[in-house]
Amino acid sequence: MKLTNDPPSYSRSRLTFFALIPMIALVLFQTAAAQKKDSCVECHSRLEGPLSEPVRLSKGDVHNARGLSCVDCHRGDASRDDKAAAKGRQTGFIGKPRSSDIPRLCGQCHSNAEFMKKFNPSLRVDQESEYSTSIHGRLLKSGDQKVATCVSCHGNHGVRAVKDPLAKVYALNVAETCGSCHANAGYMNSYRIPHDQFDNYKKSVHARALYERQDLSAPTCNDCHGNHGAAPPGLASVANVCGQCHSRQASLFQASVHKTVFGLMEAGECVQCHSNHGIIPPSDEMLGVGEKSACTHCHGKGDSGYAAAEEMLEKINQMSASISRSTEILNRAERAGMEVSKPRFELNDAKDALTQSRVLVHTFSTDELDKVLKPGMDVANKSYGAGASALDELSFRRKGLAGSLFFILFLAALIYLKVRELERRSQAEKPAGG
Amino acid sequence: MKVEPVTLWLDDRLGIGSIAQLARKKEIPIHRHSIWYYFGGMTLFLFGVQVVTGILLLLYYRPSAETAFESVQFIVTEVQFGWLIRSVHSWSANLLIATLFIHMFSVYFMRAYRRPREVTWLSGVFLLLLAVGFGFSGYLLPWNKLAFFATKVGTEIAGVIPLIGKPMLRFLRGGEDVTGATLTRFFGFHVAVLPAISTVILAVHLALVQLHGMSVPPGLEGKNLRKMKFFPGFLMRDLIGWILAIGVLAALAALFPWELGEKADAFAPAPAGIKPEWYFLFMFETLKLLPPKILSFDGEVLGILGFAAGGLVWFILPFLDKHERTRRPVFTVIGVIVVLFIVTLTIVGFVS
Repeated sequence: MKLTNDPPSYSRSRLTFFALIPMIALVLFQTAAAQKKDSCVECHSRLEGPLSEPVRLSKGDVHNARGLSCVDCHRGDASRDDKAAAKGRQTGFIGKPRSSDIPRLCGQCHSNAEFMKKFNPSLRVDQESEYSTSIHGRLLKSGDQKVATCVSCHGNHGVRAVKDPLAKVYALNVAETCGSCHANAGYMNSYRIPHDQFDNYKKSVHARALYERQDLSAPTCNDCHGNHGAAPPGLASVANVCGQCHSRQASLFQASVHKTVFGLMEAGECVQCHSNHGIIPPSDEMLGVGEKSACTHCHGKGDSGYAAAEEMLEKINQMSASISRSTEILNRAERAGMEVSKPRFELNDAKDALTQSRVLVHTFSTDELDKVLKPGMDVANKSYGAGASALDELSFRRKGLAGSLFFILFLAALIYLKVRELERRSQAEKPAGG
Repeated sequence: MKVEPVTLWLDDRLGIGSIAQLARKKEIPIHRHSIWYYFGGMTLFLFGVQVVTGILLLLYYRPSAETAFESVQFIVTEVQFGWLIRSVHSWSANLLIATLFIHMFSVYFMRAYRRPREVTWLSGVFLLLLAVGFGFSGYLLPWNKLAFFATKVGTEIAGVIPLIGKPMLRFLRGGEDVTGATLTRFFGFHVAVLPAISTVILAVHLALVQLHGMSVPPGLEGKNLRKMKFFPGFLMRDLIGWILAIGVLAALAALFPWELGEKADAFAPAPAGIKPEWYFLFMFETLKLLPPKILSFDGEVLGILGFAAGGLVWFILPFLDKHERTRRPVFTVIGVIVVLFIVTLTIVGFVS
């Protein structure tokens, strides 16, 4: 209140002045830093091969862009031209850090909330502790130097922000980054885990959404496994992981009979029917008892689940066929010039019912399916009826047209004959009159 | 015995006897170009169809952005024979413009605008402008996507005219953009303003036709031409044409119902290849073909001004071609060029 009562010109100019002081200081500091001697860059830029790589890569590096330099990670004295003095023991120079030291090295800054706030207040600072809970972190702790550390995914000298499309951890690049180790059969050999995840993922519905539609919200490796705390989800938590996006399906499944049964079977809930990395687009054939059925993996002829699976597929197929039949007749009516946009719009309710029923199969209850399919079927039948009456109307119009044209031509002919007769009569009258 | 006193009573008060006598006396010259006389009557008949079907549509049509499309949809789907009335109204409007053009060019080539029919010509050209105005305003009324964007483009073109363009655009649109305000405005023009003016001008035009009788082409003037009585010979022939026109309209409405399309959405992208009604196509194509800059002037502005100047010359034609009896091949050549220009660019517009 007080501020607004002050003369605005005076208070504003004073505020502006004080706001400018840190900005000017920052500019002066950056100019000074830019002019500061950096013997690491000076020497390594003159070198060839891998030793010049750090300088080349640092051009796009997010740390370099924020004013950090080699010594902030490697220590040493960049003000010294002499190599021995610059990398001397007393400077704390650490050269190439060992894998086991990397999480701590990065964590020195990235786990320090106060420090990180200066650069990005919204950035998380729990990466290091999360990493220690990951399979990678635990193996590293047990002495395995082959496992992934920070630099394996983010790179070392060319670290880019996650939102940078060139970053190794940008959504479109994550699977390839993980695959650089996990798809390498030789590298994975000693861990005795499959190495086909990347190949399977590339065929999945998720990969199609990510790569073909460029939908960055589509899941890639880290969306299910976590990133810094990467680990395969346990059997009990699979539904929770999938449920992050497929929440309706997950909640229906949790309330279904299969939740308990799958638990007893120690089966991995969602993945039992949908698989994991190579999730193909779900189809109606996954229901029922056909070749592509997922139900027949457990259910056999004669049991109630087998019959329910068969019935559910039949109901969905009927709905689908009914929509196709209605669409087809409405298309025919529309092509003939009839106005059917209203029943076509209403048919969307039937399509919605079909979509809902495909979600409701996760209740594994035919009664639940009926609740949406019955009204949906009524709508589809009504739309079909509208299409049929539009075609009947068309036929009525054509018959009506034929009848009216006959009458019109007949009338025109009659008038023509009458005109001729009148003209003949007047011609005949003329000489008589004359 | 019972009928006569009634006709006498009416004749006494309304003078219908003199009208009947005029009709009996009126004669139509018969020659090789007589066929063109029928197009004026045909245009008048189609105008009548427009009035009748328009009034019927008015019973259900609701002129607002929220209800216009739905009310037309209701007319063509729910109202008994609503589809027929709406389709006949749309088709008849197009046929009317076509017969009007034919009528106008037949008058031009037969040089029927010569003294003393100058005012008949002026009123006729004015009626053509009114008909085009009816077409432009009526096109928007169903409030569908195509009409919405065609109106947007059409009014934008009007807005390019120097000085009066911007105010005219705001007047036509009822604001800066095509909105519900434009629709109600166009509805007002279509059902009140234009019909009121048309009725007066049409009355003048018809009265002048009766006053001066049918014009004979200059080459046939003075020759001993055969004559046909207006009643019943000519009128009954006219009647045959009108009955056949009803047949054509019924066939078009039943076999090619006028499309309604999708409801207009101001936020939707303009549909590809948007075009105005066919009778505006030649102007639209010309403006498209003109280079953006002609010398230091804007090509589109020059094009619009060119059409305006051409229209003005066309309007005052009777005062430019004053020679009454002699043949004037220059005017025939100009007419042929104008027809070829309109036909060619209309075809180009359809094909492109």
